[in-house]
Amino acid sequence: MVMPQDEPKFDELYRELILDHYRYPHNRGVLEKPDVDMQQHNPVCGDEIRLTAIIDDGTISQIEFTGQGCSISQASASMLTDRVKGLHLTDVDELSVEFRNMLRGSNPDEEMMQDLMALQGVSKYPVRVKCAVLAWDTLQKALKLK
Amino acid sequence: MKDMSVRSDFPIMDRLIHDKPLTYLDSAATSQKPAVVIDALADFYRNNNANVHRGIYTLSEESTLAYETARVKVANFINSGSEEQIIFTRNTTESLNLIAYAWGRDNIKEGDEILITPMEHHSNMIPWMLLCKEIGCNLKYIPINEDGTLDLSNLDELISTNTKIVSLTHMSNVLGTINPIKQIIEKANKAGALSVIDGAQGAPHLPVDVIDLDVDLYAFSAHKMLGPTGVGVLYGKEEILSSMSPFLGGGEMIDEVYEDSFTTKEAPWKFEAGTPNFADVAAFGVAIDYLADIGMDNVRKHEIDITQYALDQVRKIDRDIKVFGPNNLDIRGGVLAFDFPGVHPHDVAQMMDWDGVQIRAGHHCAQPLMRRLGVSATARASFYIYNNQEDVDRFIDSLKKGGEFFGDASR
Repeated sequence: MVMPQDEPKFDELYRELILDHYRYPHNRGVLEKPDVDMQQHNPVCGDEIRLTAIIDDGTISQIEFTGQGCSISQASASMLTDRVKGLHLTDVDELSVEFRNMLRGSNPDEEMMQDLMALQGVSKYPVRVKCAVLAWDTLQKALKLK
Repeated sequence: MKDMSVRSDFPIMDRLIHDKPLTYLDSAATSQKPAVVIDALADFYRNNNANVHRGIYTLSEESTLAYETARVKVANFINSGSEEQIIFTRNTTESLNLIAYAWGRDNIKEGDEILITPMEHHSNMIPWMLLCKEIGCNLKYIPINEDGTLDLSNLDELISTNTKIVSLTHMSNVLGTINPIKQIIEKANKAGALSVIDGAQGAPHLPVDVIDLDVDLYAFSAHKMLGPTGVGVLYGKEEILSSMSPFLGGGEMIDEVYEDSFTTKEAPWKFEAGTPNFADVAAFGVAIDYLADIGMDNVRKHEIDITQYALDQVRKIDRDIKVFGPNNLDIRGGVLAFDFPGVHPHDVAQMMDWDGVQIRAGHHCAQPLMRRLGVSATARASFYIYNNQEDVDRFIDSLKKGGEFFGDASR
Protein backbone atom coordinates (compact mmCIF):
# COMPACT_ATOMS: atom_id res chain seq x y z
CA MET A 1 0.00 0.00 0.00
CA VAL A 2 1.48 3.30 -1.08
CA MET A 3 -0.23 6.22 0.56
CA PRO A 4 -1.48 8.91 -1.81
CA GLN A 5 0.82 11.88 -1.49
CA ASP A 6 -0.25 15.42 -2.16
CA GLU A 7 2.32 17.77 -3.55
CA PRO A 8 4.07 18.90 -0.37
CA LYS A 9 3.32 22.49 0.42
CA PHE A 10 5.56 24.02 3.04
CA ASP A 11 3.11 26.85 3.61
CA GLU A 12 0.20 24.47 4.14
CA LEU A 13 1.72 23.07 7.33
CA TYR A 14 4.15 25.82 8.21
CA ARG A 15 1.87 28.82 7.58
CA GLU A 16 3.57 32.17 7.99
CA LEU A 17 1.39 32.92 11.02
CA ILE A 18 2.61 29.72 12.70
CA LEU A 19 6.24 30.55 12.03
CA ASP A 20 5.67 34.07 13.39
CA HIS A 21 4.26 32.71 16.62
CA TYR A 22 7.14 30.22 16.83
CA ARG A 23 9.80 32.88 16.29
CA TYR A 24 8.12 35.56 18.37
CA PRO A 25 5.78 33.84 20.82
CA HIS A 26 3.02 35.84 22.48
CA ASN A 27 2.27 35.71 26.22
CA ARG A 28 5.40 33.79 27.02
CA GLY A 29 6.11 33.57 30.73
CA VAL A 30 4.83 32.33 34.06
CA LEU A 31 2.19 34.30 35.97
CA GLU A 32 2.62 34.97 39.67
CA LYS A 33 -0.07 33.56 41.93
CA PRO A 34 -2.02 31.94 39.09
CA ASP A 35 -5.40 30.31 39.67
CA VAL A 36 -4.39 27.43 37.46
CA ASP A 37 -0.90 26.10 36.74
CA MET A 38 -0.62 23.02 34.60
CA GLN A 39 2.22 21.32 32.77
CA GLN A 40 1.86 18.57 30.19
CA HIS A 41 4.30 16.83 27.93
CA ASN A 42 4.19 14.59 24.95
CA PRO A 43 6.23 11.52 25.90
CA VAL A 44 6.72 10.50 22.27
CA CYS A 45 8.63 13.59 21.20
CA GLY A 46 9.36 15.44 24.43
CA ASP A 47 7.30 18.56 23.66
CA GLU A 48 6.43 20.44 26.87
CA ILE A 49 3.87 23.12 27.65
CA ARG A 50 3.18 24.88 30.95
CA LEU A 51 0.18 27.18 31.22
CA THR A 52 -0.57 29.60 34.04
CA ALA A 53 -3.80 31.57 34.09
CA ILE A 54 -5.83 33.90 36.25
CA ILE A 55 -9.60 33.43 36.21
CA ASP A 56 -11.93 36.28 37.18
CA ASP A 57 -15.65 35.50 37.43
CA GLY A 58 -15.37 32.52 35.13
CA THR A 59 -13.37 34.44 32.54
CA ILE A 60 -9.68 33.94 31.69
CA SER A 61 -8.28 37.37 32.40
CA GLN A 62 -4.60 36.50 32.05
CA ILE A 63 -2.80 33.52 30.57
CA GLU A 64 0.87 32.81 29.82
CA PHE A 65 2.81 29.82 28.59
CA THR A 66 6.32 28.43 28.65
CA GLY A 67 7.58 25.27 27.03
CA GLN A 68 9.87 23.67 24.55
CA GLY A 69 9.27 21.64 21.47
CA CYS A 70 8.61 21.80 17.77
CA SER A 71 7.31 24.83 15.92
CA ILE A 72 3.76 23.45 15.76
CA SER A 73 3.50 22.76 19.50
CA GLN A 74 4.96 26.10 20.56
CA ALA A 75 3.09 28.19 17.99
CA SER A 76 -0.16 26.47 18.91
CA ALA A 77 0.40 27.37 22.58
CA SER A 78 1.14 30.96 21.70
CA MET A 79 -1.98 31.19 19.52
CA LEU A 80 -4.07 29.54 22.25
CA THR A 81 -3.11 32.21 24.79
CA ASP A 82 -4.08 34.96 22.34
CA ARG A 83 -7.39 33.35 21.50
CA VAL A 84 -8.67 32.38 24.97
CA LYS A 85 -7.65 35.51 26.86
CA GLY A 86 -10.84 37.30 27.87
CA LEU A 87 -13.05 34.33 27.07
CA HIS A 88 -15.58 32.85 29.47
CA LEU A 89 -14.85 29.24 30.42
CA THR A 90 -17.99 27.98 28.68
CA ASP A 91 -16.77 29.58 25.44
CA VAL A 92 -13.30 28.11 25.98
CA ASP A 93 -14.93 24.74 26.34
CA GLU A 94 -16.80 25.11 23.08
CA LEU A 95 -13.71 26.43 21.31
CA SER A 96 -11.59 23.54 22.56
CA VAL A 97 -14.05 21.02 21.15
CA GLU A 98 -14.25 22.84 17.82
CA PHE A 99 -10.42 23.07 17.61
CA ARG A 100 -9.99 19.34 18.20
CA ASN A 101 -12.66 18.56 15.62
CA MET A 102 -10.83 20.74 13.11
CA LEU A 103 -7.64 18.76 13.70
CA ARG A 104 -9.59 15.55 13.22
CA GLY A 105 -10.51 16.82 9.78
CA SER A 106 -13.93 18.46 10.28
CA ASN A 107 -14.70 21.79 8.72
CA PRO A 108 -14.51 24.32 11.54
CA ASP A 109 -16.56 27.39 12.28
CA GLU A 110 -14.11 29.91 10.87
CA GLU A 111 -15.58 32.80 12.84
CA MET A 112 -15.01 30.91 16.05
CA MET A 113 -11.51 29.77 15.09
CA GLN A 114 -10.19 33.13 13.89
CA ASP A 115 -6.36 32.89 13.71
CA LEU A 116 -6.46 29.27 14.83
CA MET A 117 -7.50 28.48 11.24
CA ALA A 118 -3.79 28.64 10.42
CA LEU A 119 -3.41 25.29 12.19
CA GLN A 120 -5.99 23.54 10.01
CA GLY A 121 -3.26 22.25 7.68
CA VAL A 122 -1.85 20.18 10.55
CA SER A 123 -4.88 17.88 10.29
CA LYS A 124 -3.30 16.40 7.14
CA TYR A 125 -0.26 15.29 9.16
CA PRO A 126 -1.54 12.73 11.68
CA VAL A 127 1.72 12.49 13.64
CA ARG A 128 1.81 16.26 14.08
CA VAL A 129 -1.78 16.59 15.34
CA LYS A 130 -0.66 15.74 18.87
CA CYS A 131 1.86 18.59 18.68
CA ALA A 132 -0.92 21.06 17.89
CA VAL A 133 -3.32 19.82 20.57
CA LEU A 134 -0.75 19.62 23.40
CA ALA A 135 -1.45 23.17 24.56
CA TRP A 136 -5.20 22.51 24.35
CA ASP A 137 -4.77 19.29 26.35
CA THR A 138 -2.91 21.30 28.95
CA LEU A 139 -5.67 23.90 29.08
CA GLN A 140 -8.32 21.19 29.29
CA LYS A 141 -6.53 19.57 32.25
CA ALA A 142 -5.97 22.96 33.91
CA LEU A 143 -9.60 24.04 33.63
CA LYS A 144 -11.02 20.53 34.01
CA LEU A 145 -12.94 20.99 30.79
CA LYS A 146 -14.78 18.09 29.30
CA MET B 1 33.85 6.51 -1.19
CA LYS B 2 33.36 3.11 -2.75
CA ASP B 3 29.76 2.24 -3.54
CA MET B 4 28.88 -1.24 -2.32
CA SER B 5 26.93 -1.81 -5.56
CA VAL B 6 24.18 -3.54 -3.64
CA ARG B 7 21.60 -0.76 -3.80
CA SER B 8 19.86 -2.29 -6.82
CA ASP B 9 19.25 -5.45 -4.77
CA PHE B 10 16.76 -3.47 -2.68
CA PRO B 11 13.48 -2.93 -4.57
CA ILE B 12 12.25 -0.17 -2.23
CA MET B 13 15.10 2.05 -3.38
CA ASP B 14 13.09 2.68 -6.57
CA ARG B 15 10.32 4.26 -4.50
CA LEU B 16 9.59 7.94 -4.88
CA ILE B 17 8.62 9.95 -1.81
CA HIS B 18 6.86 13.21 -2.70
CA ASP B 19 8.22 12.69 -6.24
CA LYS B 20 11.79 12.59 -4.94
CA PRO B 21 14.07 9.55 -4.83
CA LEU B 22 13.90 7.70 -1.54
CA THR B 23 16.79 8.56 0.76
CA TYR B 24 16.40 6.02 3.53
CA LEU B 25 18.43 7.01 6.60
CA ASP B 26 16.70 5.13 9.39
CA SER B 27 18.37 1.73 9.34
CA ALA B 28 19.11 1.90 13.06
CA ALA B 29 15.32 1.56 13.48
CA THR B 30 14.88 -1.09 10.81
CA SER B 31 16.73 -2.08 7.65
CA GLN B 32 15.35 -2.42 4.15
CA LYS B 33 15.21 -5.89 2.58
CA PRO B 34 16.95 -7.22 -0.51
CA ALA B 35 14.77 -8.91 -3.16
CA VAL B 36 16.20 -12.33 -2.25
CA VAL B 37 14.76 -12.03 1.26
CA ILE B 38 11.38 -10.73 0.08
CA ASP B 39 11.23 -13.52 -2.51
CA ALA B 40 12.29 -16.15 0.02
CA LEU B 41 9.39 -15.22 2.26
CA ALA B 42 6.84 -15.40 -0.56
CA ASP B 43 8.48 -18.56 -1.87
CA PHE B 44 8.19 -20.24 1.52
CA TYR B 45 4.47 -19.52 1.71
CA ARG B 46 3.96 -20.59 -1.92
CA ASN B 47 5.88 -23.85 -1.70
CA ASN B 48 6.88 -25.04 1.75
CA ASN B 49 4.41 -23.80 4.31
CA ALA B 50 3.56 -26.27 7.09
CA ASN B 51 4.05 -26.21 10.84
CA VAL B 52 7.51 -27.25 11.97
CA HIS B 53 8.57 -30.27 14.06
CA ARG B 54 6.67 -33.53 14.53
CA GLY B 55 5.04 -33.47 11.09
CA ILE B 56 5.54 -36.85 9.41
CA TYR B 57 5.02 -35.50 5.93
CA THR B 58 7.06 -33.78 3.23
CA LEU B 59 5.92 -30.20 3.71
CA SER B 60 6.54 -30.23 7.44
CA GLU B 61 9.94 -31.80 6.90
CA GLU B 62 10.83 -29.06 4.42
CA SER B 63 9.55 -26.37 6.73
CA THR B 64 11.46 -27.82 9.69
CA LEU B 65 14.59 -28.07 7.59
CA ALA B 66 14.33 -24.40 6.54
CA TYR B 67 13.77 -23.35 10.16
CA GLU B 68 16.61 -25.41 11.60
CA THR B 69 18.98 -24.56 8.74
CA ALA B 70 18.49 -20.88 9.52
CA ARG B 71 19.56 -21.67 13.09
CA VAL B 72 22.80 -23.16 11.77
CA LYS B 73 23.38 -20.11 9.55
CA VAL B 74 22.90 -17.75 12.48
CA ALA B 75 25.25 -19.88 14.60
CA ASN B 76 27.94 -19.71 11.92
CA PHE B 77 27.36 -15.99 11.38
CA ILE B 78 28.31 -15.14 14.97
CA ASN B 79 30.71 -18.11 15.31
CA SER B 80 28.70 -19.69 18.09
CA GLY B 81 30.09 -23.17 17.53
CA SER B 82 26.82 -25.00 18.03
CA GLU B 83 23.37 -24.11 16.70
CA GLU B 84 21.92 -25.42 19.94
CA GLN B 85 23.05 -22.17 21.51
CA ILE B 86 20.76 -20.13 19.22
CA ILE B 87 17.24 -19.36 20.49
CA PHE B 88 14.72 -17.73 18.18
CA THR B 89 12.55 -15.07 19.82
CA ARG B 90 10.41 -12.21 18.51
CA ASN B 91 13.07 -9.51 18.78
CA THR B 92 15.99 -8.26 20.88
CA THR B 93 13.57 -6.94 23.48
CA GLU B 94 12.08 -10.40 24.00
CA SER B 95 15.55 -11.95 24.14
CA LEU B 96 16.56 -9.57 26.94
CA ASN B 97 13.28 -10.11 28.79
CA LEU B 98 13.84 -13.85 28.49
CA ILE B 99 17.16 -13.50 30.34
CA ALA B 100 15.70 -11.27 33.05
CA TYR B 101 12.78 -13.65 33.55
CA ALA B 102 14.34 -17.08 33.17
CA TRP B 103 17.86 -16.46 34.52
CA GLY B 104 17.18 -13.45 36.70
CA ARG B 105 14.40 -14.92 38.81
CA ASP B 106 16.44 -18.02 39.67
CA ASN B 107 19.75 -16.31 40.31
CA ILE B 108 19.15 -12.79 41.56
CA LYS B 109 18.52 -12.11 45.23
CA GLU B 110 17.63 -9.01 47.21
CA GLY B 111 20.59 -6.64 47.38
CA ASP B 112 22.29 -8.06 44.29
CA GLU B 113 23.41 -5.62 41.63
CA ILE B 114 22.82 -5.37 37.90
CA LEU B 115 25.25 -3.13 36.06
CA ILE B 116 24.19 -1.37 32.84
CA THR B 117 25.04 1.93 31.13
CA PRO B 118 23.16 5.19 30.57
CA MET B 119 23.31 4.70 26.79
CA GLU B 120 21.07 1.62 26.83
CA HIS B 121 17.93 1.35 24.74
CA HIS B 122 14.86 1.08 26.97
CA SER B 123 14.78 -2.63 26.10
CA ASN B 124 18.03 -3.13 28.02
CA MET B 125 16.77 -1.11 30.99
CA ILE B 126 13.14 -1.92 31.65
CA PRO B 127 13.51 -5.75 31.94
CA TRP B 128 16.13 -5.17 34.68
CA MET B 129 14.00 -2.50 36.36
CA LEU B 130 11.07 -4.93 36.44
CA LEU B 131 13.33 -7.59 37.95
CA CYS B 132 14.70 -5.18 40.57
CA LYS B 133 11.19 -4.10 41.48
CA GLU B 134 10.14 -7.71 41.95
CA ILE B 135 13.24 -8.99 43.76
CA GLY B 136 14.69 -5.92 45.39
CA CYS B 137 17.99 -5.91 43.52
CA ASN B 138 19.75 -2.69 42.53
CA LEU B 139 20.44 -1.22 39.12
CA LYS B 140 23.81 0.50 38.74
CA TYR B 141 25.32 2.44 35.86
CA ILE B 142 28.76 2.67 34.30
CA PRO B 143 29.17 6.44 33.82
CA ILE B 144 29.67 8.01 30.39
CA ASN B 145 32.05 10.72 29.26
CA GLU B 146 31.17 13.95 27.43
CA ASP B 147 32.16 12.40 24.10
CA GLY B 148 29.68 9.56 24.49
CA THR B 149 32.18 6.86 25.44
CA LEU B 150 31.98 4.86 28.65
CA ASP B 151 34.05 5.99 31.60
CA LEU B 152 35.70 2.73 32.65
CA SER B 153 38.10 4.26 35.19
CA ASN B 154 36.14 2.81 38.11
CA LEU B 155 35.03 -0.40 36.45
CA ASP B 156 36.83 -2.58 39.00
CA GLU B 157 34.88 -0.96 41.82
CA LEU B 158 31.61 -1.00 39.87
CA ILE B 159 31.82 -4.74 39.22
CA SER B 160 31.78 -6.11 42.76
CA THR B 161 30.97 -9.43 44.35
CA ASN B 162 27.36 -8.21 44.50
CA THR B 163 27.24 -7.77 40.73
CA LYS B 164 25.25 -10.62 39.21
CA ILE B 165 24.60 -9.27 35.71
CA VAL B 166 26.56 -6.88 33.51
CA SER B 167 24.46 -5.94 30.49
CA LEU B 168 25.29 -3.33 27.88
CA THR B 169 24.89 -2.41 24.26
CA HIS B 170 27.48 -3.39 21.68
CA MET B 171 26.77 -0.14 19.85
CA SER B 172 24.61 2.80 20.92
CA ASN B 173 21.61 3.51 18.70
CA VAL B 174 21.91 7.23 19.46
CA LEU B 175 25.60 8.01 19.92
CA GLY B 176 26.93 5.36 17.57
CA THR B 177 29.49 4.49 20.25
CA ILE B 178 30.97 1.01 19.83
CA ASN B 179 31.71 -0.11 23.36
CA PRO B 180 34.83 -2.07 24.36
CA ILE B 181 32.62 -5.04 25.20
CA LYS B 182 35.38 -7.66 25.19
CA GLN B 183 37.20 -5.88 27.99
CA ILE B 184 34.00 -5.43 30.02
CA ILE B 185 32.84 -9.02 29.43
CA GLU B 186 36.20 -10.30 30.67
CA LYS B 187 35.84 -8.33 33.91
CA ALA B 188 32.23 -9.44 34.35
CA ASN B 189 33.12 -13.10 33.76
CA LYS B 190 36.03 -12.90 36.20
CA ALA B 191 33.73 -11.49 38.87
CA GLY B 192 31.29 -14.33 38.30
CA ALA B 193 28.62 -12.04 36.86
CA LEU B 194 26.49 -12.97 33.86
CA SER B 195 27.68 -11.03 30.79
CA VAL B 196 24.89 -9.89 28.47
CA ILE B 197 25.26 -7.89 25.27
CA ASP B 198 22.44 -6.06 23.48
CA GLY B 199 23.58 -6.63 19.92
CA ALA B 200 20.61 -4.99 18.17
CA GLN B 201 22.98 -2.48 16.56
CA GLY B 202 26.06 -4.70 16.81
CA ALA B 203 25.16 -7.80 14.82
CA PRO B 204 23.84 -5.90 11.75
CA HIS B 205 26.87 -3.64 11.43
CA LEU B 206 29.93 -5.24 13.04
CA PRO B 207 31.67 -8.60 12.78
CA VAL B 208 30.60 -10.60 15.84
CA ASP B 209 32.45 -13.61 17.22
CA VAL B 210 30.79 -14.79 20.43
CA ILE B 211 33.55 -17.29 21.22
CA ASP B 212 36.24 -14.63 20.95
CA LEU B 213 34.10 -12.27 23.04
CA ASP B 214 33.52 -15.05 25.58
CA VAL B 215 30.11 -13.48 26.20
CA ASP B 216 27.47 -15.42 28.12
CA LEU B 217 24.46 -14.11 26.22
CA TYR B 218 24.16 -11.99 23.06
CA ALA B 219 20.81 -10.71 21.75
CA PHE B 220 19.85 -9.25 18.36
CA SER B 221 17.01 -8.76 15.85
CA ALA B 222 16.59 -9.98 12.27
CA HIS B 223 14.77 -6.93 10.97
CA LYS B 224 17.72 -4.61 11.55
CA MET B 225 19.97 -6.87 9.45
CA LEU B 226 18.00 -7.27 6.20
CA GLY B 227 15.71 -9.96 7.61
CA PRO B 228 11.95 -9.91 8.22
CA THR B 229 10.29 -8.36 11.25
CA GLY B 230 9.24 -10.60 14.13
CA VAL B 231 12.44 -12.62 14.54
CA GLY B 232 14.91 -12.14 17.36
CA VAL B 233 17.92 -14.16 18.38
CA LEU B 234 19.36 -15.00 21.74
CA TYR B 235 22.75 -16.67 21.74
CA GLY B 236 23.69 -18.27 25.04
CA LYS B 237 26.52 -20.49 26.23
CA GLU B 238 25.35 -24.08 26.42
CA GLU B 239 26.00 -24.43 30.15
CA ILE B 240 23.97 -21.33 30.90
CA LEU B 241 21.02 -22.21 28.67
CA SER B 242 20.82 -25.76 30.00
CA SER B 243 20.71 -24.54 33.61
CA MET B 244 18.05 -21.93 32.90
CA SER B 245 14.35 -22.32 33.69
CA PRO B 246 11.98 -22.06 30.75
CA PHE B 247 10.55 -18.69 29.72
CA LEU B 248 7.10 -19.15 28.20
CA GLY B 249 5.23 -22.42 28.60
CA GLY B 250 3.21 -24.28 26.00
CA GLY B 251 3.61 -26.47 22.97
CA GLU B 252 6.99 -27.02 21.30
CA MET B 253 8.98 -26.45 24.51
CA ILE B 254 7.86 -29.61 26.33
CA ASP B 255 9.11 -33.17 26.27
CA GLU B 256 6.50 -35.10 28.29
CA VAL B 257 3.36 -33.72 29.89
CA TYR B 258 1.35 -35.38 32.69
CA GLU B 259 -1.73 -34.09 34.44
CA ASP B 260 0.36 -32.61 37.25
CA SER B 261 3.85 -32.18 35.78
CA PHE B 262 5.94 -31.84 32.64
CA THR B 263 9.48 -32.14 31.40
CA THR B 264 11.03 -29.71 28.96
CA LYS B 265 13.02 -30.18 25.80
CA GLU B 266 16.69 -29.30 25.76
CA ALA B 267 17.82 -25.78 24.85
CA PRO B 268 17.25 -24.00 22.57
CA TRP B 269 13.78 -25.54 21.99
CA LYS B 270 13.02 -25.29 25.71
CA PHE B 271 12.76 -21.52 25.16
CA GLU B 272 10.63 -21.62 22.01
CA ALA B 273 7.08 -22.17 23.24
CA GLY B 274 4.26 -22.20 20.72
CA THR B 275 4.40 -22.24 16.95
CA PRO B 276 7.57 -20.35 16.09
CA ASN B 277 7.83 -17.71 13.38
CA PHE B 278 9.26 -20.28 10.98
CA ALA B 279 8.49 -18.53 7.69
CA ASP B 280 10.24 -15.35 8.75
CA VAL B 281 13.10 -17.35 10.26
CA ALA B 282 13.54 -19.18 6.94
CA ALA B 283 13.76 -15.82 5.14
CA PHE B 284 16.14 -14.56 7.82
CA GLY B 285 18.44 -17.43 6.86
CA VAL B 286 18.59 -15.93 3.36
CA ALA B 287 19.40 -12.49 4.82
CA ILE B 288 22.25 -14.05 6.80
CA ASP B 289 23.60 -15.67 3.62
CA TYR B 290 23.39 -12.32 1.84
CA LEU B 291 25.30 -10.49 4.59
CA ALA B 292 27.85 -13.29 4.91
CA ASP B 293 28.49 -13.11 1.13
CA ILE B 294 29.25 -9.41 1.41
CA GLY B 295 31.31 -10.01 4.52
CA MET B 296 30.83 -8.10 7.76
CA ASP B 297 34.31 -6.57 7.47
CA ASN B 298 33.19 -4.97 4.21
CA VAL B 299 29.92 -3.80 5.78
CA ARG B 300 31.90 -2.16 8.54
CA LYS B 301 34.39 -0.55 6.11
CA HIS B 302 31.55 0.93 4.05
CA GLU B 303 29.89 2.36 7.14
CA ILE B 304 33.13 3.96 8.33
CA ASP B 305 33.50 5.62 4.91
CA ILE B 306 29.94 6.89 4.68
CA THR B 307 29.82 8.05 8.30
CA GLN B 308 33.11 9.92 7.92
CA TYR B 309 31.80 11.58 4.76
CA ALA B 310 28.53 12.52 6.47
CA LEU B 311 30.31 13.93 9.55
CA ASP B 312 32.62 16.01 7.33
CA GLN B 313 29.69 17.39 5.33
CA VAL B 314 27.62 18.22 8.42
CA ARG B 315 30.54 20.10 9.93
CA LYS B 316 30.86 22.18 6.75
CA ILE B 317 27.36 23.58 7.25
CA ASP B 318 27.63 27.10 8.59
CA ARG B 319 25.44 26.46 11.62
CA ASP B 320 26.28 25.41 15.10
CA ILE B 321 25.11 21.83 14.55
CA LYS B 322 25.98 19.59 17.47
CA VAL B 323 26.72 15.99 16.56
CA PHE B 324 26.50 13.54 19.45
CA GLY B 325 28.89 10.66 20.04
CA PRO B 326 32.61 10.02 19.53
CA ASN B 327 34.55 11.50 16.59
CA ASN B 328 36.87 8.53 16.27
CA LEU B 329 35.42 6.23 13.60
CA ASP B 330 37.26 3.26 15.12
CA ILE B 331 34.74 3.37 17.96
CA ARG B 332 31.75 4.81 16.13
CA GLY B 333 29.16 3.14 13.94
CA GLY B 334 26.96 4.57 11.20
CA VAL B 335 24.67 6.61 13.41
CA LEU B 336 24.51 10.39 13.32
CA ALA B 337 22.30 12.01 15.92
CA PHE B 338 22.42 15.78 15.94
CA ASP B 339 20.94 18.97 17.29
CA PHE B 340 20.19 21.79 14.86
CA PRO B 341 20.08 25.03 16.84
CA GLY B 342 16.71 26.74 16.68
CA VAL B 343 15.01 23.96 14.75
CA HIS B 344 13.23 21.19 16.61
CA PRO B 345 14.04 17.61 15.46
CA HIS B 346 10.41 17.11 14.43
CA ASP B 347 10.56 20.10 12.14
CA VAL B 348 13.90 18.91 10.75
CA ALA B 349 12.43 15.47 9.99
CA GLN B 350 9.25 16.98 8.52
CA MET B 351 11.19 19.23 6.14
CA MET B 352 13.42 16.35 5.12
CA ASP B 353 10.47 14.08 4.39
CA TRP B 354 9.35 16.52 1.70
CA ASP B 355 12.74 15.95 0.07
CA GLY B 356 12.31 12.17 0.29
CA VAL B 357 14.84 11.97 3.13
CA GLN B 358 13.64 9.62 5.84
CA ILE B 359 15.28 10.30 9.19
CA ARG B 360 14.10 9.69 12.72
CA ALA B 361 13.31 12.38 15.27
CA GLY B 362 12.58 11.72 18.90
CA HIS B 363 14.12 10.13 21.95
CA HIS B 364 15.12 6.92 20.13
CA CYS B 365 13.89 4.82 23.08
CA ALA B 366 16.70 6.22 25.21
CA GLN B 367 15.11 8.84 27.46
CA PRO B 368 17.72 8.65 30.26
CA LEU B 369 20.47 9.26 27.68
CA MET B 370 18.53 12.21 26.21
CA ARG B 371 18.40 13.77 29.66
CA ARG B 372 22.16 13.36 30.03
CA LEU B 373 22.67 14.99 26.64
CA GLY B 374 20.46 17.85 27.80
CA VAL B 375 17.95 17.49 24.96
CA SER B 376 14.38 16.23 24.82
CA ALA B 377 14.84 14.77 21.38
CA THR B 378 17.37 14.57 18.55
CA ALA B 379 17.22 14.07 14.82
CA ARG B 380 19.08 10.96 13.71
CA ALA B 381 20.35 9.71 10.38
CA SER B 382 21.69 6.16 10.25
CA PHE B 383 23.37 4.27 7.45
CA TYR B 384 23.62 0.79 6.03
CA ILE B 385 25.09 -1.06 3.06
CA TYR B 386 22.63 0.37 0.52
CA ASN B 387 23.36 4.00 1.34
CA ASN B 388 25.77 5.89 -0.87
CA GLN B 389 27.35 9.30 -1.23
CA GLU B 390 24.30 10.68 -3.07
CA ASP B 391 22.14 9.81 -0.06
CA VAL B 392 24.41 11.84 2.18
CA ASP B 393 24.45 14.72 -0.32
CA ARG B 394 20.64 14.78 -0.47
CA PHE B 395 20.53 14.68 3.32
CA ILE B 396 22.93 17.62 3.58
CA ASP B 397 21.09 19.67 0.93
CA SER B 398 17.81 19.10 2.70
CA LEU B 399 19.33 19.96 6.07
CA LYS B 400 20.65 23.26 4.71
CA LYS B 401 17.27 24.05 3.19
CA GLY B 402 15.49 23.35 6.49
CA GLY B 403 17.94 25.59 8.31
CA GLU B 404 17.23 28.44 5.92
CA PHE B 405 13.47 27.93 6.18
CA PHE B 406 13.45 28.14 9.95
CA GLY B 407 16.29 30.65 9.69
CA ASP B 408 15.83 33.26 12.36
CA ALA B 409 13.74 30.96 14.52
CA SER B 410 16.67 30.39 16.86
CA ARG B 411 15.89 31.71 20.27
